[in-house]
Amino acid sequence: MLRSLAIISLLIMGGVFIYVIEDMPPIGNPENPPHVHVVPRYIEKAEEETGVPNIVTAILANYRGYDTLGETTVIFTAGVSVMILFQRWNK
Amino acid sequence: MSEKMVESVVARTISRIIIPFIQLYGIYVITHGESSPGGGFQGGVILGTSIILFGIVFSLNTTKKWISKKILILFMSLGLLIYSGIGAIDMLFGGKYLEYGKLPLPLHSPEMSALSILMVEIGIGLCVMSTITLLFIFLAGEKSGTRMDSWEI
Repeated sequence: MLRSLAIISLLIMGGVFIYVIEDMPPIGNPENPPHVHVVPRYIEKAEEETGVPNIVTAILANYRGYDTLGETTVIFTAGVSVMILFQRWNK
Repeated sequence: MSEKMVESVVARTISRIIIPFIQLYGIYVITHGESSPGGGFQGGVILGTSIILFGIVFSLNTTKKWISKKILILFMSLGLLIYSGIGAIDMLFGGKYLEYGKLPLPLHSPEMSALSILMVEIGIGLCVMSTITLLFIFLAGEKSGTRMDSWEI
């Protein structure tokens, strides 16, 4: 029962995705939405606003600073949880 | 305390020669993350890998003697503290959280931002390096039957 339900929902979702493929922007087109929204601003202004020549680092550490802080917290939390789990495990 | 060391002389000699270079390369990747590909995450993993290589080739107990759990936990927390502390310092001097460029230094805003980004990368590198090392030592110690209690804090 559950298995057939899973297969049916998979088929429906797959059909929806295949139907939507036509509306996807072509790969590599410079007019695509991600390339016209904020990217020109980054390319033009990243160095004079953040002072680093590497645009990836500028976005990672300055424009998306919160995101990177969250990533670091995730890594820290992973380390702490493994530590706590394995110390409990051995007692 | 059983010594589990790789027997091969070649592996031991090569890794003894190559580990300092791996660490140097990791520091290079962290500190030059502003101007070339790389950054805190990548450099931190490279630094952690050098310690993992040491732990594989020489015994795990030697690694535990060489680097203590306290130091690793300290570095892990210190890295995160550097990152969030820089954000808090920006807030103290009238900026938004993580808005670089408000520090009371005689620098222009982009230079201050570059300095803050370097500090942030170093913080990320510390955190990632010690987390990777800690994960390896904990999991490897579990596998080879070494008790975690034997790793002195």
